[in-house]
Amino acid sequence: MLHHTVLRVIAKLLVPVILLFALYVQFHGEYSPGGGFQAGVIFASGIILYALVFGLDDTMRALPPGVLKILSASGVLLYAGVGLDTLLLGGNYLDYDWLADSPTHGQHLGIFLVELGVGITVASTMLLLYYAFTGREQGQ
Amino acid sequence: MSLDHAIDILLLAFMAVIALAVVRLRDLFGVAMLFSVFSLLSAGVFTIMDAADVAFTEAAVGAGISTILMLATLTRTAREEKPNVSRNPALPLIVVSITGAMLVFGTSDIPRFGDPQAPVHQHVAPRYIEDSPSEIGIPNMVTSVLASYRGYDTLGETTVIFTAGVAVMALLGMRRTRRRNGQRKDTD
Repeated sequence: MLHHTVLRVIAKLLVPVILLFALYVQFHGEYSPGGGFQAGVIFASGIILYALVFGLDDTMRALPPGVLKILSASGVLLYAGVGLDTLLLGGNYLDYDWLADSPTHGQHLGIFLVELGVGITVASTMLLLYYAFTGREQGQ
Repeated sequence: MSLDHAIDILLLAFMAVIALAVVRLRDLFGVAMLFSVFSLLSAGVFTIMDAADVAFTEAAVGAGISTILMLATLTRTAREEKPNVSRNPALPLIVVSITGAMLVFGTSDIPRFGDPQAPVHQHVAPRYIEDSPSEIGIPNMVTSVLASYRGYDTLGETTVIFTAGVAVMALLGMRRTRRRNGQRKDTD
């Protein structure tokens, strides 16, 4: 992997752009096409591009599987937790109207949080799948 | 014939050709790549139908990450498909023909694309379209349906993805022989 100079330079240029675009898709999903699912997948593919060019070991050192396991669970927890929060505040489950002083503000906050949860779970699960499939020797 | 129709026909023709090539090809690397192209073309079809969110998902998931996962799986298995050993192709052909004929027959009942009288546009869609700007207040109605009106479904989908990840972890695990400081070390 050490001799693909063009690939390494291009990947170094592209990876930050891909990650930034993923964040844009994540947080601009209320205004344009996109949202948590797409953002999570794009984020994961940026990291996977890094892993393809610079090797899995370096990637696993930066993003250890243990951390990703916790992240993939915490995304679902964040989503379900928003629902519990609305229950405690007096509304129905996942009724975001209760999250802020006015219903539309509550909806904005709720959608932002659940999309964030979706994005975290999707990105970390996709990366875990990639680790699981590629992180083994031939024939294992 | 409008430009939209011409592009539709072109895209669908390409998809048909690629589907036939996938069936004929023995090289699984090529098949994975053709699947990716197929997904990209269907993303184009969705764009023509003004379904930008669906096209986005199809391009990111279908053409992007699932191709990578298929290729990663290929490195674990054989690169070539085994030659087909079944002797009698008549029975599968009959089953496929009947299923295909039934599907084509079924499409004759489906309302035309964009028909305002279609049941899907009569049920809850008008309420979402009329009330979403005042109730939710965000411009992208797809997001307001996905995350708020249909929040339970999306919670379920997220849980499905999480469960799939857990299942793969349980089946494949994270065992990896890593070379560090010259010695092989098993890490879990």
